[in-house]
Amino acid sequence: MSLTATLEVTRDSFDLDLSLAVSPGRTLALLGPNGAGKSTALGALAGVIDSTGSIALNERRLDGLPVEQRRVGYVFQDYLLFPHLTVLENVAFGPRSVGVAKAAARAMAGQWLERLGVSDLAGRRPAELSGGQAQRVALGRALAASPELLLLDEPLAALDVEVRAEVRDELATHLKAWGGLTIVVTHSFDDVAALADDVVVIEAGRATQRGTVRDLVRAPATNYISRLVANWSED
Amino acid sequence: MPASAPRKRRGFLAPALWIPAGLGLGLLLLPLLALVLKAPWAQLPALLAQPSIASSLGLSLLTGVESTLISLVLGIPLALVLARSAEWPAVPRRLLRALVTVPLVLPPVVGGVSLLLLLGRRGLLGQFLPFQIPFSTAAVVIAQTFVAMPFLVLAVEGAIRASDRRFEIAAATLGASRFTIFRRVTLPLVAPGVAAGALLCFCRALGEFGATITFAGSFPGVTQTLPISTYLQLQGTQPESAYALSLVLMVVSVAVLVSLRDRWVPGATP
Repeated sequence: MSLTATLEVTRDSFDLDLSLAVSPGRTLALLGPNGAGKSTALGALAGVIDSTGSIALNERRLDGLPVEQRRVGYVFQDYLLFPHLTVLENVAFGPRSVGVAKAAARAMAGQWLERLGVSDLAGRRPAELSGGQAQRVALGRALAASPELLLLDEPLAALDVEVRAEVRDELATHLKAWGGLTIVVTHSFDDVAALADDVVVIEAGRATQRGTVRDLVRAPATNYISRLVANWSED
Repeated sequence: MPASAPRKRRGFLAPALWIPAGLGLGLLLLPLLALVLKAPWAQLPALLAQPSIASSLGLSLLTGVESTLISLVLGIPLALVLARSAEWPAVPRRLLRALVTVPLVLPPVVGGVSLLLLLGRRGLLGQFLPFQIPFSTAAVVIAQTFVAMPFLVLAVEGAIRASDRRFEIAAATLGASRFTIFRRVTLPLVAPGVAAGALLCFCRALGEFGATITFAGSFPGVTQTLPISTYLQLQGTQPESAYALSLVLMVVSVAVLVSLRDRWVPGATP
């Protein structure tokens, strides 16, 4: 289970030119300031943004495949839970879409909700959820579609500051339990430290440093990284 | 001045303009008021129960519902194409929009003549058909659909444009095919727009006169819909029946308007 990709995207404000590799069982963080191209990179991996270059996921070439055939899960920053469906129906959406019968899909969704500790929310509508609850449901929805790669776009940005640390720890636990290839986009070093094994720092569409979290702390390569690390305290 | 918060001026209104504005409003309102006041309320049940009237009521209801259903089946996909055509080059995009909008501004009688030239016994397509369409109930449905479908298309298109496309992207990342996305995400999200469009469409179909009488004629029980029956009753010996039918049509229209309330209504009105 591994991912290697080179992504080239031309946008109005910048060019993204990035190569990525994620090793089995590890979580990669794309860290960078706003507008550096992190979300663009995720979009290119998922196939929702056109890119040139190549993407190989577990011996499978993804470039050229339409979004729905890539099996790349995507947890959006604002979750995008379907407002007209219940929580259970949201999570069952992935299995249903690939032909699993309704009852079986609902059973699978129920199991995911249980694993994520939100079984009691099954009958609710997305509008009735707190931010932390919505995030877990969105994670469950993405994982229930059995993706081979999971993408998280600023998973904590939509949450109130008071609950962020708690939800971050829970997310780390759930990602560890899932154990698949994961890429998380963030501009917070707290997220990186809690969620990721490896880091690629992106500034203005280019990778400015690669390494483990420890490498970044020990030897930050740019001003941006040293500032992030300086503001962060390992407790 | 503690109690009243200062109001922001939205612009200016010259007092003299109240006069034409009031006259305009009167022109719109007074005829309807006359209808309500002069309608034969006491005889209403008896008038509407007359066999010829009852049959045109039934026919209008049936053909109105059929036109609306056909408009839904054909119009929703058309609305989707129109909404997605934003990415097309200008020429085909504008042409498509113009074609959909034409029936809104076209005199209905011209629509009827055009339908005759297409589907009539010696029409462009009609000459090859083993059966005859004009002057049948099917012709009524076709004429009403021609005139009413654009209302549905524009209402649904507006709803699709206003809805968040990212939900469709989220569905695609979950493995949903294009058709599954349409059926389980796009369509449910625009359901209120579809309902509003269907109501407008039904209302317009119910009131259709020009295209229908041209293409389908006015055979009692077959093509004589409510508006045609109303017109004929007014010409005949029993204008009271026309008043009663007009009242029915007006009540339906007002009911549709009230049920739509603030929902977006396409620029042109029936």
